[in-house]
Amino acid sequence: MSLAQAPNATVYDDPPVRWFALAAVLWGVVGMLVGVIIAAQLAWPELNFGIPWFSYGRLRPLHTNAVIFAFGGCALMATSFHVVQRTCQVPLFAPTLARFVFWGWQAVIVAAAISLPLGYTQGKEYAELEWPIDILIAVVWVAYAIVFFGTIGIRKVRHIYVANWFFGAFILAVALLHIVNSAAIPAGSMKSYSAYAGVQDAMVQWWYGHNAVGFFLTAGFLGMMYYYIPKQAERPVYSYRLSIVHFWALIFTYMWAGPHHLHYTALPDWAQSIGMLFSLILLAPSWGGMINGVMTLSGAWYKLRDDPILKFLIVALSFYGMSTFEGPMMAIKTVNGLSHYTDWTIGHVHSGALGWVGFMTMGSLYYLIPRMFGQTRMHSVRAIELHFWIATVGIVLYIAAMWIAGVMQGLMWRAVNPDGTLVYSFVEGVKATYPFYMVRLLGGVLYLTGMLIMAWNVVMTVSQGRAVATPVPALPARA
Amino acid sequence: MDILYLLVPMSVFAMLAVLGVFAWALRAGQFDEIDVVGEQILAASDVVPGAALDPDQGPTGDAIEKSTGTSRHRHRSST
Repeated sequence: MSLAQAPNATVYDDPPVRWFALAAVLWGVVGMLVGVIIAAQLAWPELNFGIPWFSYGRLRPLHTNAVIFAFGGCALMATSFHVVQRTCQVPLFAPTLARFVFWGWQAVIVAAAISLPLGYTQGKEYAELEWPIDILIAVVWVAYAIVFFGTIGIRKVRHIYVANWFFGAFILAVALLHIVNSAAIPAGSMKSYSAYAGVQDAMVQWWYGHNAVGFFLTAGFLGMMYYYIPKQAERPVYSYRLSIVHFWALIFTYMWAGPHHLHYTALPDWAQSIGMLFSLILLAPSWGGMINGVMTLSGAWYKLRDDPILKFLIVALSFYGMSTFEGPMMAIKTVNGLSHYTDWTIGHVHSGALGWVGFMTMGSLYYLIPRMFGQTRMHSVRAIELHFWIATVGIVLYIAAMWIAGVMQGLMWRAVNPDGTLVYSFVEGVKATYPFYMVRLLGGVLYLTGMLIMAWNVVMTVSQGRAVATPVPALPARA
Repeated sequence: MDILYLLVPMSVFAMLAVLGVFAWALRAGQFDEIDVVGEQILAASDVVPGAALDPDQGPTGDAIEKSTGTSRHRHRSST
């Protein structure tokens, strides 16, 4: 203890962690609010108000960018900067650059929030931002990589903890994906044309799109999983050996699964089949990791009863298991023939986004934020519990509505009369979907309500605490 | 599908790079103490002793005891 209070002991560089953690909560509220607005617009198109910049087509990319890159991105940066310092037992490498990463990333988010409603878009899903913003993203991302890998380079602990491997793979893969997919010829200050054309462009786009899911929304959050679940459960991960197999198997197989987004298109048949095959193989490492995370609680299941943070983290893993089962199934061509272009896809994405990414982030932030402000727990533990249950009911309503709507749409679209004509016109499918859009909206409102409870809890926790510098252990004995 | 002449070699190159990093990790002894490294992260405490404002929420101190009690793991500079 005297060691920790030594006057000139080095301290961890936590300000960027604090800022990113609070920014994640703020952007989470904003991104989910936009999601609720566009869900309402699907139920009541009048809510577009005839204003171009408030129309569904412009707000939808704003929603996806805000929740993935603003909420998810800030959470990944907060937790990766936290985990890499604690597991390497050194402060951040290049602290000034870490601050640049924070402000640069916020600038990207604000630029997206302005340019997308104004209608500036490259028209590539999850890569809508125009070329000047793309260049800023690339610069910030390289700075992020330098800070992260620099910190690993100066580590005082010989072993690189498994969470850092996942964060590292996420950072490198996203850099590669972003630079290749966003290659474009500028044709004005906010206008460009993709460097690729036609089906080539589609293949690059979905090579990017699928790996963005694989590395941004999966590998990065698995990094969180492998640190915050053991910390919150106060138990080591169930099998460290399995976590290493999980890592290498996952990054070996993910790169090849993209073509499953292009089944029954102009993409060559064999490329589609490879995409389907690798998607099915992905089930194995995904479930290995899921089981490894859940079994960390083996012998201490009672903790799940009293600890709402563990509930968030373990239920996140359950949704990870569900979506990584559902994904390979939907990648099978015959299943895809029914599911593609229907709301089933939206349901699948949100079981991963709300259940896996959202819950993992919330659980990790509930662990991290009080500790970043000199406290051991959030202002209100009961509010965490309330948040958990409201959000869980919200997800169930959301994905169940989209499953039913999706299968129904797929069946209606393919129903054919004996004389070969279609049984239903398209608009009949839209009409039949209406009640499910209402249920989905209700689910979204519940999920947003949970996020608002979290924001209140965070504000209370931060206002009662104070930012305390944590000293780096002077004797890394357990290194 | 000329794009495959870019994407396939790039993915193959990425796989080779991954293999290279794996070979490095293996030879650098990253997997040598695989049975103990999982527990190491539990030892480090994130809360400064005495920093909690609420006396009821004070750190228990067992994390600190743990950190000084375990010395069987090698320090990087000692290898």
